[in-house]
Amino acid sequence: MENLKQELKAKIIENLNLEDFKVEDIDDNDSLFGDGLGLDSIDALELIVMLDKDYGIKISDPKKGKTIFESIQTMAQFIMDNKTK
Amino acid sequence: MNTKLYIENYCKIKNNTVTLNSNIIFEEDNAENLKSFLKSIYKHLDLKYSKFFKMDNLSKLAFLASEIILKESKINSEKENIAIVFSNNASSLETDRKHQKSIDKITDYFPSPAIFVYTLPNIGIGEISIRHQLKSENAFFVFERYNAEFHYTYENSLIQSQKANAVLSGWVNVDDDTNYEAFIYLVSQNGKIKHNQEQLNKLY
Repeated sequence: MENLKQELKAKIIENLNLEDFKVEDIDDNDSLFGDGLGLDSIDALELIVMLDKDYGIKISDPKKGKTIFESIQTMAQFIMDNKTK
Repeated sequence: MNTKLYIENYCKIKNNTVTLNSNIIFEEDNAENLKSFLKSIYKHLDLKYSKFFKMDNLSKLAFLASEIILKESKINSEKENIAIVFSNNASSLETDRKHQKSIDKITDYFPSPAIFVYTLPNIGIGEISIRHQLKSENAFFVFERYNAEFHYTYENSLIQSQKANAVLSGWVNVDDDTNYEAFIYLVSQNGKIKHNQEQLNKLY
């Protein structure tokens, strides 16, 4: 789980071009949207593609993203529970 | 009576060099690629705008040239009505290629939304408008080459017909890492260089 959280932080920084952030700047419970990392709606779509591509998880209802992508902690838990690769 | 118009400032970015009114303000001979060169310009200008890093190279190029010009201008970009008219010959081809690569194989079909949103050249105009709160006339044309006659006529018309007080205009093109070019200028009532077709061709 700890390795997965570190992996997610690195992937989010790389895939979403968050040049102002380093892995160590992101806490597990920081909000990914709003006041936290400040991600936007396009980033949310990018995260959905990332889950599909890297972990074999398809999210058919984008509304679920709000809870899944609340933080690194919630994302990692969701991946642990649902990954197919 | 027609308002007298001038080319207030002009900026060129090409061959790893940035010039403002023909003076070199930044150059980097050993840039790894266009992306890293554009990032170096961003750092050199000491900009604080994290959305920059999400843009494609075409939008970054247009954004940086516009930042340089508007910072130098006497015009308050958030109060004045500044229209934007850009043109190029590659449209959004560099980003189109990246998008195509992500959907080439049916077994590895993962189009990136963040790339897809930049598969239109006029997105860069949107980025500049957001940055400077512009709600003005804008257009992006695709021509074979920089067309001074068209640009002059369009820019002049926008101001003379009072659709805009100034026009941020020019050529911004990205084909690949080595074939890129920006020639952006501000047409307004300020400045010393007369706004006409001959001058535009000369400066380009």
